[in-house]
Amino acid sequence: MALRIGAAAAPGRAPDNKTGSWRVFMPIVDMEKCTHCGTCTLACPETAVSDEDGEIRFDLDYCKGCGVCANECPAKAIKMILEEN
Amino acid sequence: MEGSHAVAEAAKLCRPEVVSAYPITPQTHIVERLAEMVADGELDAEYLCVDSELSALSVCLGSSAAGSRVYSATSSQGLMLMAEVVFNVAGMRQPIIMSIANRALGAPLSIWNDQQDSLSLRDSGWFQLYGEDVQEMTDQHFIAYKAAERHDVLLPGFVCFDGFILSHTYEPVDIPTQEEIDAYLPPYVPYNKLDAKSPLSMGMYATPDYYMEFRYETDLAMQRAGNAISEVGKEFGEMFGRDYSMHTESYRMDDADVAFVALGSICGTVKDAIDEMRADGIKAGLVKIRTYRPFPAKEIAHALAGVPKVAVLEKNISLGTSMKGIVGLEVKDALTGTGIDVYSYVVGLGGRDIRKKDIRAIAALAEKGEGNMFYGLRTELL
Repeated sequence: MALRIGAAAAPGRAPDNKTGSWRVFMPIVDMEKCTHCGTCTLACPETAVSDEDGEIRFDLDYCKGCGVCANECPAKAIKMILEEN
Repeated sequence: MEGSHAVAEAAKLCRPEVVSAYPITPQTHIVERLAEMVADGELDAEYLCVDSELSALSVCLGSSAAGSRVYSATSSQGLMLMAEVVFNVAGMRQPIIMSIANRALGAPLSIWNDQQDSLSLRDSGWFQLYGEDVQEMTDQHFIAYKAAERHDVLLPGFVCFDGFILSHTYEPVDIPTQEEIDAYLPPYVPYNKLDAKSPLSMGMYATPDYYMEFRYETDLAMQRAGNAISEVGKEFGEMFGRDYSMHTESYRMDDADVAFVALGSICGTVKDAIDEMRADGIKAGLVKIRTYRPFPAKEIAHALAGVPKVAVLEKNISLGTSMKGIVGLEVKDALTGTGIDVYSYVVGLGGRDIRKKDIRAIAALAEKGEGNMFYGLRTELL
Protein backbone atom coordinates (compact mmCIF):
# COMPACT_ATOMS: atom_id res chain seq x y z
CA MET A 1 0.00 0.00 0.00
CA ALA A 2 1.50 3.33 -1.04
CA LEU A 3 1.16 6.24 1.38
CA ARG A 4 -1.32 8.92 0.34
CA ILE A 5 -1.00 12.52 1.47
CA GLY A 6 -3.12 13.18 4.55
CA ALA A 7 -3.66 9.45 5.17
CA ALA A 8 -6.51 9.63 2.66
CA ALA A 9 -8.13 6.40 1.49
CA ALA A 10 -10.93 5.37 -0.85
CA PRO A 11 -13.75 3.25 0.65
CA GLY A 12 -13.09 -0.41 1.29
CA ARG A 13 -9.38 -0.08 2.06
CA ALA A 14 -9.55 -1.17 5.71
CA PRO A 15 -8.35 -4.70 4.74
CA ASP A 16 -5.01 -3.10 3.81
CA ASN A 17 -4.32 -2.92 7.52
CA LYS A 18 -3.55 -6.54 8.29
CA THR A 19 -3.84 -7.09 12.01
CA GLY A 20 -2.65 -10.70 12.24
CA SER A 21 0.73 -9.56 13.54
CA TRP A 22 -0.92 -8.45 16.80
CA ARG A 23 -1.59 -12.12 17.68
CA VAL A 24 0.17 -13.98 20.48
CA PHE A 25 -2.13 -17.02 20.70
CA MET A 26 -3.65 -18.66 17.63
CA PRO A 27 -6.82 -20.75 17.41
CA ILE A 28 -6.78 -24.40 16.40
CA VAL A 29 -9.89 -26.50 15.94
CA ASP A 30 -10.49 -30.17 16.72
CA MET A 31 -12.78 -31.26 13.84
CA GLU A 32 -13.69 -34.40 15.76
CA LYS A 33 -15.52 -32.21 18.30
CA CYS A 34 -16.83 -29.48 15.93
CA THR A 35 -20.59 -29.61 15.31
CA HIS A 36 -20.57 -26.85 12.66
CA CYS A 37 -22.97 -24.84 14.77
CA GLY A 38 -21.44 -21.60 13.38
CA THR A 39 -21.07 -19.86 16.76
CA CYS A 40 -17.37 -19.13 16.17
CA THR A 41 -18.09 -17.49 12.79
CA LEU A 42 -20.63 -15.18 14.42
CA ALA A 43 -18.63 -14.46 17.55
CA CYS A 44 -15.38 -13.45 15.83
CA PRO A 45 -15.09 -9.63 16.03
CA GLU A 46 -12.92 -9.63 12.88
CA THR A 47 -15.14 -12.03 10.88
CA ALA A 48 -11.95 -14.00 10.43
CA VAL A 49 -13.53 -17.43 11.00
CA SER A 50 -15.35 -19.23 8.23
CA ASP A 51 -17.09 -22.61 8.01
CA GLU A 52 -17.05 -23.68 4.38
CA ASP A 53 -16.95 -27.10 2.73
CA GLY A 54 -16.93 -28.78 6.13
CA GLU A 55 -13.75 -26.95 7.25
CA ILE A 56 -13.33 -24.28 9.93
CA ARG A 57 -10.77 -21.77 8.64
CA PHE A 58 -9.13 -18.91 10.50
CA ASP A 59 -7.92 -15.97 8.40
CA LEU A 60 -4.58 -15.42 10.08
CA ASP A 61 -4.01 -12.12 8.22
CA TYR A 62 -6.67 -10.58 10.47
CA CYS A 63 -7.12 -12.92 13.48
CA LYS A 64 -5.79 -10.94 16.47
CA GLY A 65 -5.80 -14.02 18.72
CA CYS A 66 -8.44 -12.66 21.07
CA GLY A 67 -9.83 -16.14 21.83
CA VAL A 68 -13.52 -15.21 21.69
CA CYS A 69 -14.14 -18.14 19.30
CA ALA A 70 -12.59 -20.61 21.75
CA ASN A 71 -14.49 -19.13 24.65
CA GLU A 72 -17.84 -19.23 22.88
CA CYS A 73 -17.53 -22.68 21.26
CA PRO A 74 -20.27 -24.85 22.90
CA ALA A 75 -18.41 -28.05 21.94
CA LYS A 76 -15.05 -26.81 23.34
CA ALA A 77 -13.57 -27.68 19.95
CA ILE A 78 -11.32 -24.58 19.67
CA LYS A 79 -8.10 -24.14 21.64
CA MET A 80 -5.74 -21.17 21.74
CA ILE A 81 -2.10 -22.16 21.48
CA LEU A 82 0.99 -20.01 21.83
CA GLU A 83 2.18 -19.09 18.36
CA GLU A 84 5.93 -19.38 18.14
CA ASN A 85 7.79 -17.97 15.17
CA MET B 1 -5.58 50.91 11.51
CA GLU B 2 -5.86 48.60 14.54
CA GLY B 3 -3.72 45.48 14.23
CA SER B 4 -6.70 43.15 14.60
CA HIS B 5 -8.61 44.98 11.90
CA ALA B 6 -5.61 44.84 9.57
CA VAL B 7 -5.52 41.07 10.11
CA ALA B 8 -9.26 40.85 9.39
CA GLU B 9 -8.71 42.85 6.18
CA ALA B 10 -5.86 40.52 5.20
CA ALA B 11 -8.01 37.46 5.88
CA LYS B 12 -10.83 38.94 3.81
CA LEU B 13 -8.51 39.70 0.89
CA CYS B 14 -7.45 36.03 0.87
CA ARG B 15 -11.10 35.15 0.05
CA PRO B 16 -11.69 32.41 2.63
CA GLU B 17 -14.80 30.40 1.83
CA VAL B 18 -15.27 29.33 5.44
CA VAL B 19 -14.43 31.17 8.66
CA SER B 20 -15.04 29.54 12.01
CA ALA B 21 -13.71 30.85 15.29
CA TYR B 22 -14.65 31.38 18.89
CA PRO B 23 -13.96 34.78 20.43
CA ILE B 24 -11.17 35.02 23.00
CA THR B 25 -9.19 37.98 24.26
CA PRO B 26 -7.04 39.36 22.58
CA GLN B 27 -8.13 37.80 19.28
CA THR B 28 -11.73 39.03 19.55
CA HIS B 29 -11.56 42.11 17.32
CA ILE B 30 -10.37 40.01 14.38
CA VAL B 31 -13.34 37.67 14.37
CA GLU B 32 -15.83 40.40 15.28
CA ARG B 33 -14.68 42.34 12.24
CA LEU B 34 -14.88 39.29 9.98
CA ALA B 35 -18.39 38.54 11.24
CA GLU B 36 -19.36 42.12 10.35
CA MET B 37 -17.85 41.76 6.90
CA VAL B 38 -19.87 38.61 6.24
CA ALA B 39 -23.05 40.16 7.66
CA ASP B 40 -22.57 43.29 5.55
CA GLY B 41 -21.95 41.29 2.41
CA GLU B 42 -18.34 42.51 2.05
CA LEU B 43 -17.01 38.97 2.40
CA ASP B 44 -18.67 36.05 0.64
CA ALA B 45 -17.90 33.32 3.16
CA GLU B 46 -19.69 30.94 5.49
CA TYR B 47 -19.14 32.29 9.00
CA LEU B 48 -19.88 29.47 11.41
CA CYS B 49 -20.56 30.37 15.04
CA VAL B 50 -19.69 27.45 17.27
CA ASP B 51 -19.70 26.54 20.94
CA SER B 52 -15.95 26.32 21.54
CA GLU B 53 -12.54 26.46 19.93
CA LEU B 54 -12.53 22.67 19.67
CA SER B 55 -15.63 22.94 17.49
CA ALA B 56 -14.22 25.91 15.58
CA LEU B 57 -11.12 24.10 14.39
CA SER B 58 -13.13 20.92 13.79
CA VAL B 59 -15.44 22.89 11.48
CA CYS B 60 -12.38 24.33 9.78
CA LEU B 61 -10.87 20.88 9.29
CA GLY B 62 -14.04 19.47 7.75
CA SER B 63 -14.48 22.53 5.53
CA SER B 64 -10.89 22.38 4.36
CA ALA B 65 -11.23 18.65 3.67
CA ALA B 66 -14.27 19.51 1.53
CA GLY B 67 -12.00 21.73 -0.57
CA SER B 68 -12.55 25.23 0.84
CA ARG B 69 -10.00 27.87 1.75
CA VAL B 70 -10.45 28.25 5.50
CA TYR B 71 -9.49 30.83 8.10
CA SER B 72 -9.58 30.90 11.88
CA ALA B 73 -8.02 32.86 14.72
CA THR B 74 -7.47 32.20 18.40
CA SER B 75 -5.29 32.82 21.45
CA SER B 76 -3.98 31.06 24.53
CA GLN B 77 -6.57 28.79 26.18
CA GLY B 78 -8.49 28.67 22.92
CA LEU B 79 -5.49 27.22 21.13
CA MET B 80 -5.00 24.70 23.91
CA LEU B 81 -8.64 23.59 23.59
CA MET B 82 -8.04 23.15 19.85
CA ALA B 83 -4.84 21.18 20.37
CA GLU B 84 -6.27 17.76 19.57
CA VAL B 85 -7.51 19.03 16.21
CA VAL B 86 -4.35 21.09 15.60
CA PHE B 87 -2.30 17.90 15.20
CA ASN B 88 -5.00 16.25 13.07
CA VAL B 89 -5.15 19.20 10.66
CA ALA B 90 -1.42 18.82 10.03
CA GLY B 91 -1.62 15.02 9.71
CA MET B 92 -4.47 15.34 7.22
CA ARG B 93 -2.37 17.95 5.41
CA GLN B 94 -5.06 20.64 5.27
CA PRO B 95 -3.61 24.11 4.53
CA ILE B 96 -5.68 26.07 7.06
CA ILE B 97 -4.27 29.43 8.15
CA MET B 98 -4.93 30.58 11.69
CA SER B 99 -3.96 33.84 13.32
CA ILE B 100 -2.64 33.57 16.85
CA ALA B 101 -2.83 36.70 18.99
CA ASN B 102 -0.21 35.46 21.44
CA ARG B 103 -1.27 35.36 25.08
CA ALA B 104 -0.01 33.70 28.24
CA LEU B 105 -1.42 30.37 29.42
CA GLY B 106 -3.16 29.77 32.73
CA ALA B 107 -2.90 29.16 35.56
CA PRO B 108 -2.69 31.80 36.90
CA LEU B 109 -5.18 33.35 34.52
CA SER B 110 -3.62 36.02 32.35
CA ILE B 111 -5.03 37.78 29.32
CA TRP B 112 -1.70 39.49 28.63
CA ASN B 113 0.99 38.69 26.15
CA ASP B 114 3.70 36.12 25.98
CA GLN B 115 4.33 33.44 23.36
CA GLN B 116 3.82 30.27 25.37
CA ASP B 117 0.64 29.33 23.48
CA SER B 118 1.93 28.95 19.93
CA LEU B 119 5.45 27.89 20.94
CA SER B 120 3.96 25.03 22.96
CA LEU B 121 2.56 23.65 19.69
CA ARG B 122 5.86 23.88 17.85
CA ASP B 123 5.83 20.14 17.09
CA SER B 124 2.26 20.02 15.79
CA GLY B 125 3.14 20.21 12.08
CA TRP B 126 1.89 23.78 11.49
CA PHE B 127 4.46 26.21 10.20
CA GLN B 128 4.77 29.30 12.38
CA LEU B 129 5.41 32.88 11.29
CA TYR B 130 5.91 35.73 13.79
CA GLY B 131 5.30 39.38 12.95
CA GLU B 132 7.18 42.31 14.47
CA ASP B 133 4.70 45.02 13.56
CA VAL B 134 1.22 45.35 12.10
CA GLN B 135 2.47 45.62 8.52
CA GLU B 136 4.56 42.49 8.77
CA MET B 137 1.85 40.38 10.43
CA THR B 138 -0.66 41.56 7.83
CA ASP B 139 1.63 40.61 4.94
CA GLN B 140 2.39 37.23 6.52
CA HIS B 141 -1.23 36.14 6.02
CA PHE B 142 -0.94 36.40 2.22
CA ILE B 143 2.40 34.61 2.28
CA ALA B 144 1.07 31.91 4.60
CA TYR B 145 -1.83 30.95 2.35
CA LYS B 146 0.31 30.90 -0.75
CA ALA B 147 2.97 28.69 0.86
CA ALA B 148 0.53 26.39 2.68
CA GLU B 149 -1.54 25.58 -0.40
CA ARG B 150 1.39 24.59 -2.60
CA HIS B 151 1.05 20.92 -3.39
CA ASP B 152 4.64 20.31 -2.39
CA VAL B 153 3.75 21.66 1.10
CA LEU B 154 0.06 21.12 2.05
CA LEU B 155 0.57 22.08 5.67
CA PRO B 156 -1.36 24.46 7.89
CA GLY B 157 0.21 27.55 9.38
CA PHE B 158 -0.01 29.93 12.33
CA VAL B 159 0.53 33.63 11.80
CA CYS B 160 1.53 34.78 15.29
CA PHE B 161 1.67 38.29 16.70
CA ASP B 162 1.82 39.59 20.23
CA GLY B 163 -1.58 40.02 21.85
CA PHE B 164 -2.50 43.64 22.69
CA ILE B 165 0.99 44.90 21.81
CA LEU B 166 0.20 44.30 18.13
CA SER B 167 -3.43 43.17 18.03
CA HIS B 168 -4.69 46.35 19.69
CA THR B 169 -2.13 48.86 18.39
CA TYR B 170 -2.98 51.40 15.71
CA GLU B 171 -0.30 51.74 13.06
CA PRO B 172 -0.27 52.94 9.46
CA VAL B 173 -0.67 49.83 7.29
CA ASP B 174 -0.45 49.40 3.55
CA ILE B 175 -3.37 47.09 2.72
CA PRO B 176 -3.14 45.73 -0.83
CA THR B 177 -6.17 45.92 -3.08
CA GLN B 178 -8.32 42.90 -3.86
CA GLU B 179 -7.04 42.92 -7.45
CA GLU B 180 -3.44 42.84 -6.22
CA ILE B 181 -4.08 39.95 -3.85
CA ASP B 182 -6.07 38.07 -6.50
CA ALA B 183 -3.03 38.38 -8.75
CA TYR B 184 -0.72 37.16 -5.96
CA LEU B 185 -2.88 34.42 -4.44
CA PRO B 186 -4.78 32.28 -6.95
CA PRO B 187 -7.87 30.30 -5.89
CA TYR B 188 -7.18 27.25 -3.74
CA VAL B 189 -6.79 24.00 -5.64
CA PRO B 190 -7.22 21.11 -3.19
CA TYR B 191 -5.02 18.05 -3.60
CA ASN B 192 -7.72 15.74 -2.19
CA LYS B 193 -11.23 16.68 -1.26
CA LEU B 194 -14.31 15.10 0.20
CA ASP B 195 -16.77 14.51 -2.62
CA ALA B 196 -19.80 12.21 -2.42
CA LYS B 197 -19.27 11.24 -6.08
CA SER B 198 -15.76 10.05 -5.37
CA PRO B 199 -15.74 8.96 -1.74
CA LEU B 200 -12.62 9.35 0.36
CA SER B 201 -11.72 9.20 4.03
CA MET B 202 -8.90 11.29 5.49
CA GLY B 203 -6.69 10.75 8.48
CA MET B 204 -7.18 6.99 8.33
CA TYR B 205 -6.01 4.48 10.85
CA ALA B 206 -2.37 3.53 10.46
CA THR B 207 -0.96 0.45 12.16
CA PRO B 208 2.64 0.41 13.42
CA ASP B 209 3.56 -0.78 9.91
CA TYR B 210 2.59 2.61 8.42
CA TYR B 211 2.46 5.36 11.08
CA MET B 212 6.14 6.31 11.11
CA GLU B 213 6.24 6.82 7.36
CA PHE B 214 3.36 9.29 7.56
CA ARG B 215 5.24 11.30 10.19
CA TYR B 216 8.39 11.16 8.03
CA GLU B 217 6.46 12.48 5.03
CA THR B 218 5.01 15.31 7.13
CA ASP B 219 8.50 16.26 8.30
CA LEU B 220 9.69 16.36 4.67
CA ALA B 221 6.73 18.59 3.81
CA MET B 222 7.74 20.89 6.68
CA GLN B 223 11.28 21.11 5.30
CA ARG B 224 9.81 22.03 1.90
CA ALA B 225 7.59 24.63 3.58
CA GLY B 226 10.77 26.55 4.41
CA ASN B 227 11.67 26.86 0.73
CA ALA B 228 8.07 27.65 -0.17
CA ILE B 229 7.79 30.47 2.39
CA SER B 230 11.04 31.91 1.12
CA GLU B 231 9.96 31.72 -2.53
CA VAL B 232 6.49 33.20 -2.03
CA GLY B 233 7.99 35.81 0.31
CA LYS B 234 10.36 36.87 -2.48
CA GLU B 235 7.47 37.00 -4.93
CA PHE B 236 5.52 39.15 -2.45
CA GLY B 237 8.47 41.53 -2.31
CA GLU B 238 8.59 41.80 -6.09
CA MET B 239 4.88 42.68 -6.21
CA PHE B 240 4.50 44.82 -3.09
CA GLY B 241 8.00 46.09 -2.28
CA ARG B 242 8.31 44.33 1.08
CA ASP B 243 10.60 41.34 0.74
CA TYR B 244 10.10 38.26 2.92
CA SER B 245 12.50 35.88 1.21
CA MET B 246 14.49 35.49 4.44
CA HIS B 247 13.24 33.62 7.50
CA THR B 248 15.27 35.95 9.68
CA GLU B 249 16.16 39.62 9.65
CA SER B 250 19.56 40.81 10.80
CA TYR B 251 19.84 44.25 12.38
CA ARG B 252 23.27 45.88 12.86
CA MET B 253 24.95 42.48 13.04
CA ASP B 254 28.23 43.63 11.43
CA ASP B 255 31.10 43.16 13.93
CA ALA B 256 28.58 42.53 16.76
CA ASP B 257 30.07 41.29 20.06
CA VAL B 258 26.67 40.35 21.43
CA ALA B 259 23.68 39.34 19.38
CA PHE B 260 20.07 39.15 20.49
CA VAL B 261 17.68 36.59 19.03
CA ALA B 262 13.97 37.23 19.41
CA LEU B 263 10.54 36.79 17.85
CA GLY B 264 7.75 39.33 17.47
CA SER B 265 7.13 42.84 18.72
CA ILE B 266 10.00 42.89 21.21
CA CYS B 267 12.33 43.23 18.21
CA GLY B 268 11.29 46.87 17.83
CA THR B 269 12.40 47.64 21.39
CA VAL B 270 15.60 45.67 20.86
CA LYS B 271 16.46 47.65 17.70
CA ASP B 272 16.04 50.93 19.59
CA ALA B 273 18.17 49.62 22.45
CA ILE B 274 20.82 48.48 19.96
CA ASP B 275 20.95 51.97 18.43
CA GLU B 276 21.57 53.43 21.89
CA MET B 277 24.17 50.79 22.75
CA ARG B 278 25.98 51.32 19.44
CA ALA B 279 26.03 55.07 20.14
CA ASP B 280 27.70 54.23 23.47
CA GLY B 281 30.23 51.95 21.80
CA ILE B 282 28.60 48.63 22.70
CA LYS B 283 28.57 46.46 19.61
CA ALA B 284 25.18 44.78 19.76
CA GLY B 285 22.99 43.36 17.02
CA LEU B 286 19.76 41.45 16.51
CA VAL B 287 18.68 38.40 14.55
CA LYS B 288 14.91 38.45 14.38
CA ILE B 289 13.23 35.12 13.68
CA ARG B 290 10.30 35.52 11.35
CA THR B 291 9.80 31.83 10.50
CA TYR B 292 10.04 29.74 13.65
CA ARG B 293 8.72 26.50 12.08
CA PRO B 294 10.35 25.12 10.07
CA PHE B 295 13.27 26.30 12.19
CA PRO B 296 15.73 28.16 9.95
CA ALA B 297 18.82 26.68 11.59
CA LYS B 298 21.21 27.27 8.67
CA GLU B 299 20.14 30.87 8.21
CA ILE B 300 20.52 31.51 11.94
CA ALA B 301 23.94 29.87 12.05
CA HIS B 302 25.03 32.03 9.12
CA ALA B 303 23.66 35.22 10.68
CA LEU B 304 25.34 34.52 14.03
CA ALA B 305 28.67 33.25 12.67
CA GLY B 306 31.58 34.77 14.55
CA VAL B 307 29.50 36.46 17.26
CA PRO B 308 30.97 35.48 20.66
CA LYS B 309 27.79 35.82 22.77
CA VAL B 310 24.17 35.23 21.85
CA ALA B 311 21.29 36.31 24.10
CA VAL B 312 17.92 34.74 23.24
CA LEU B 313 14.96 36.69 24.57
CA GLU B 314 12.24 34.23 25.49
CA LYS B 315 8.60 35.12 26.05
CA ASN B 316 8.11 31.52 27.06
CA ILE B 317 9.50 28.98 29.47
CA SER B 318 10.30 25.34 28.90
CA LEU B 319 9.76 24.30 32.50
CA GLY B 320 12.38 21.99 33.90
CA THR B 321 15.08 22.52 31.27
CA SER B 322 18.50 23.95 32.03
CA MET B 323 18.31 26.71 29.42
CA LYS B 324 14.72 27.57 30.37
CA GLY B 325 13.82 28.99 26.96
CA ILE B 326 12.30 27.06 24.06
CA VAL B 327 13.96 29.13 21.33
CA GLY B 328 17.39 29.17 22.96
CA LEU B 329 17.56 25.38 22.88
CA GLU B 330 17.05 25.45 19.13
CA VAL B 331 19.44 28.33 18.52
CA LYS B 332 22.07 26.46 20.53
CA ASP B 333 21.40 23.36 18.44
CA ALA B 334 21.83 25.43 15.25
CA LEU B 335 25.22 26.64 16.57
CA THR B 336 26.52 23.26 17.73
CA GLY B 337 30.27 23.01 17.24
CA THR B 338 30.82 26.74 16.67
CA GLY B 339 31.89 27.53 20.25
CA ILE B 340 29.42 30.43 20.38
CA ASP B 341 27.91 30.93 23.84
CA VAL B 342 24.10 30.93 23.75
CA TYR B 343 22.04 32.07 26.73
CA SER B 344 18.29 32.22 27.23
CA TYR B 345 16.62 35.02 29.18
CA VAL B 346 13.00 34.48 30.18
CA VAL B 347 11.36 37.89 29.95
CA GLY B 348 7.96 39.48 29.70
CA LEU B 349 5.84 36.52 30.78
CA GLY B 350 2.18 37.30 31.27
CA GLY B 351 2.55 40.75 29.76
CA ARG B 352 5.35 42.21 31.88
CA ASP B 353 6.90 45.16 30.05
CA ILE B 354 10.36 44.80 28.55
CA ARG B 355 12.13 48.12 28.36
CA LYS B 356 15.22 49.33 26.53
CA LYS B 357 17.15 49.38 29.81
CA ASP B 358 16.27 45.71 30.30
CA ILE B 359 17.72 44.88 26.90
CA ARG B 360 20.92 46.74 27.83
CA ALA B 361 21.12 44.91 31.14
CA ILE B 362 20.70 41.56 29.37
CA ALA B 363 23.51 42.45 26.94
CA ALA B 364 25.73 43.10 29.97
CA LEU B 365 24.76 39.75 31.53
CA ALA B 366 25.55 37.93 28.28
CA GLU B 367 28.96 39.64 28.05
CA LYS B 368 29.68 38.37 31.58
CA GLY B 369 28.51 34.85 30.64
CA GLU B 370 25.49 34.91 32.93
CA GLY B 371 22.29 33.52 31.43
CA ASN B 372 19.74 30.72 31.20
CA MET B 373 17.69 32.57 33.76
CA PHE B 374 14.59 34.62 34.42
CA TYR B 375 15.26 38.31 33.96
CA GLY B 376 13.26 40.95 35.79
CA LEU B 377 11.84 38.89 38.66
CA ARG B 378 10.32 40.93 41.50
CA THR B 379 12.47 39.38 44.20
CA GLU B 380 10.46 41.12 46.93
CA LEU B 381 7.58 38.75 46.11
CA LEU B 382 9.64 35.59 46.39
